Amino acid sequence: MNPSTHIAKTRCYHCGENCNEADIVWENKRFCCEGCKTVFQILDKNNLCTYYSLNEGAGIQVKNGVERKRFEYLQDLDVQHKLVDFQKGNTVSITFSIPNIHCTSCVWLLENLQNIDEGIIRGTVNFLKRTVTIVFDDTKTTLRHVVEMLTTIGYEPTLKLEQLEEEGKASVQRGLWLKLGVAGFCFGNIMLFSFPEYLKMDQSGSSDMFRLFFGGLNILLALPVLLYSGIDYLKSAWAVLSQKGINLDVPISIGMLALFGRSAYEIISGTGAGYFDSFTGFIFFLLIGKVVQKKTFDQLTFDRDYKSYLPISVIRLGQKGEKSIPVNKLEIGDHVLIRNQELVPADSVNQTENLQIDYSFITGESEPVSLRVGELVFAGGKVVGKTAELIISKKVEHSYLTQLWENESFKNSHKDKVITSFADRISPHFTFTVLGIAVLSLLVWLQIDASQAFTIFTAVLIVACPCALALSTPFTLGSVVNILAANGFYLRNTHVIESLSRTSAFVFDKTGTITEAENRSIDFVGIPLSNKEEHLVASTCKSSTHPLSKAIVEKLKRTALNNPVSYFELAGKGVHAVYPDSRVYIGSSEFLEEQNIQVTTDDSSLGYGSKVFVAIDGKYRGYFRIRHIVRKGLSNLLSDIFKPVFLLSGDNEKEKNMLLKVFPHWRKMLFDQSPSDKLDFVNTLKRKGAHVTMIGDGLNDAGALQASNFGIAVSDDKSSFSPACDGIIDATSLHSLNKFVAFSKSAFTIILFSFGFSLLYNLTGLGFAITGHLSPLVAAILMPLSSVSIMAFTTVATRIQAQKMGLKIWV
Amino acid sequence: MGVIVLLILFSLLVALIFLGAFFWAVKSGQFDDPQTPAIRMLFDNEISTSKNKSKTLRGE
Repeated sequence: MNPSTHIAKTRCYHCGENCNEADIVWENKRFCCEGCKTVFQILDKNNLCTYYSLNEGAGIQVKNGVERKRFEYLQDLDVQHKLVDFQKGNTVSITFSIPNIHCTSCVWLLENLQNIDEGIIRGTVNFLKRTVTIVFDDTKTTLRHVVEMLTTIGYEPTLKLEQLEEEGKASVQRGLWLKLGVAGFCFGNIMLFSFPEYLKMDQSGSSDMFRLFFGGLNILLALPVLLYSGIDYLKSAWAVLSQKGINLDVPISIGMLALFGRSAYEIISGTGAGYFDSFTGFIFFLLIGKVVQKKTFDQLTFDRDYKSYLPISVIRLGQKGEKSIPVNKLEIGDHVLIRNQELVPADSVNQTENLQIDYSFITGESEPVSLRVGELVFAGGKVVGKTAELIISKKVEHSYLTQLWENESFKNSHKDKVITSFADRISPHFTFTVLGIAVLSLLVWLQIDASQAFTIFTAVLIVACPCALALSTPFTLGSVVNILAANGFYLRNTHVIESLSRTSAFVFDKTGTITEAENRSIDFVGIPLSNKEEHLVASTCKSSTHPLSKAIVEKLKRTALNNPVSYFELAGKGVHAVYPDSRVYIGSSEFLEEQNIQVTTDDSSLGYGSKVFVAIDGKYRGYFRIRHIVRKGLSNLLSDIFKPVFLLSGDNEKEKNMLLKVFPHWRKMLFDQSPSDKLDFVNTLKRKGAHVTMIGDGLNDAGALQASNFGIAVSDDKSSFSPACDGIIDATSLHSLNKFVAFSKSAFTIILFSFGFSLLYNLTGLGFAITGHLSPLVAAILMPLSSVSIMAFTTVATRIQAQKMGLKIWV
Repeated sequence: MGVIVLLILFSLLVALIFLGAFFWAVKSGQFDDPQTPAIRMLFDNEISTSKNKSKTLRGE
């Protein structure tokens, strides 16, 4: 009988997964597990079944029952205080990050939680950020209840250590919108009021009254633009000047003040209509440039450190039994329990026989380590298999893992890493040239016509204002960020593009970067196994918690497995299972040799990954070859890079030959690298003058990513953890990395061209200004024309360039 | 012609009301999340029906 025929083809009513166990039925609906059924029952009871009509199989599979004790720490007042956004009387508002939010049903359910828990006043979902803000009445429900309820219905909030330490950040974007709104409002109105001036309507009789009226209104409208919308430019220029430097904001501020001062003078003295339309338009366009530049990716976070990786709570064993407490209250000597797949929060001493710890994210080692009683367990390791009992030996902030963040590289804030932008570098030359021309024309006109001299002087300052110049960079780089995002490469901000374009050496991490983090290829080498034998092998591996055995079980795809008569596992070495008619040995070659089984391997398979040897009934049969799968297109990528490429791996050399086959020209391959070794290596490269781009994925690369000139985190899933970096790249886009670098380089050619372009406008304007012909009308035409044409030029040019390079140009 | 002054002041006042509305919209967070409201409007009606239902159920 083939057991696979038993698999029911029905899908779970709740989560849409295939139902393997056919007997979970409730109200004629099938479920894949008890968890899903429970969620359905809750929703059904509370009249929330619209959830299922919005999207079929919308739910999240709830495999593990909820461990009620886990959220005990939420009763701690300190913790509550840190987590909630604000509390007003009995009303508490709290924002949870819930990565499971994925469809309209989720939004609907999370905004109708009041039907399940009466204490909840409302829920507001932010779909892009995957967050829900819940407002509840703390006399009717508690924080712990809310979190438990969310977890029960499959929306477990991400609660990490960082939430205990950080205060909420206010949105900066709102201020920018308001400033832009004010500038746009004033710009539009001033243009209307200046219209009579353009048409020279002031010949009519009542002109003086109107001129005064419109002029007065214009001054009133221009004031908020100067003092509110444009104040950041003045402040920044002042800050730079007081440090005896010059950035692009200095000539901008000079232009702003010249425009405003001259216009106000003209209107008050009755000598002209002023340039307020140009002034407000100028600020308006500059702010648009800022909005374009501020483009952020809400679903991504670029500043994560170990605090967003470590858990927020841990179960402590005390005299009164188990109690969950916040991690920052752990003391040295505390006994803690860590369950399967949970993280160790602080360095501790192992108390569990044959404990398996998976350090892959922390060190890059791909296989779990087995530990005996009394051995040290490092923070960040993931417990595999049985529950671990540990004694804390160091506080969280003093653990081995967290020491990495003590390194010098993390001391400099990210801003210092950004080199002064191209525009800022040329601005001193620009400013002095403009001031030179202005003073020169002042002196010349003092000889020709002294009454005109001051007018000419301010006109030069006005027209030389680097509006178009200031717009070229944000618009070009803003388009680059958008285009790269459309291609699966998300940058922290526009400033980092320059670092990327200057890359002269690439450093790759292995596990999770070159190779896929989850999937592995498995094949069997040796005397082929019969159907029945494969079944026995699968049954044997099923009982073992070792990831390699799990991988084999998955590969063999067997159901209805046999239970062995007797079973013995030597953690990390191998398993031995006895069945009524045969005995199976699976494990390392040493394990089999200890059982007096002769193992034969050929050298050709050396360096191609892990091997698991199989013997049945005392006879050696061969081995499973388990290799990490190299990401698609990576071989091509590496051979297309004509710059030195380095490999840093936290793992041992067992896959060296495979990596050499993928790419033979590694400048250097280093194995068994600790996180701080990686950091030091990048620093050494930098000291030799290289501009390093580091590509990594785990916390073990965090130091190297931070130290490098440009750090890229590879991510399989945007909502999952990635260490602090300058850019996050979708794993499926990694093969285009070389193109991305080339594209970022070409962006600077485009900026150079648009600089030339905008200088032409400045020169034309200067011609008008020096000869004394800069009327408000000329300024009002020249200024928006230059700004809009620069915006159009840079946007179109970057897209044409992207298309030429074979990149997607729209999302 | 004096009426033009009045008209202009009045039009400015109307424009200011719109600017005020924009301020209110930004401050109340309408510009923070451009995506979710688009999803939310899809099921506005159903929320009210299910609420009514639960209310009548409780009333019985």
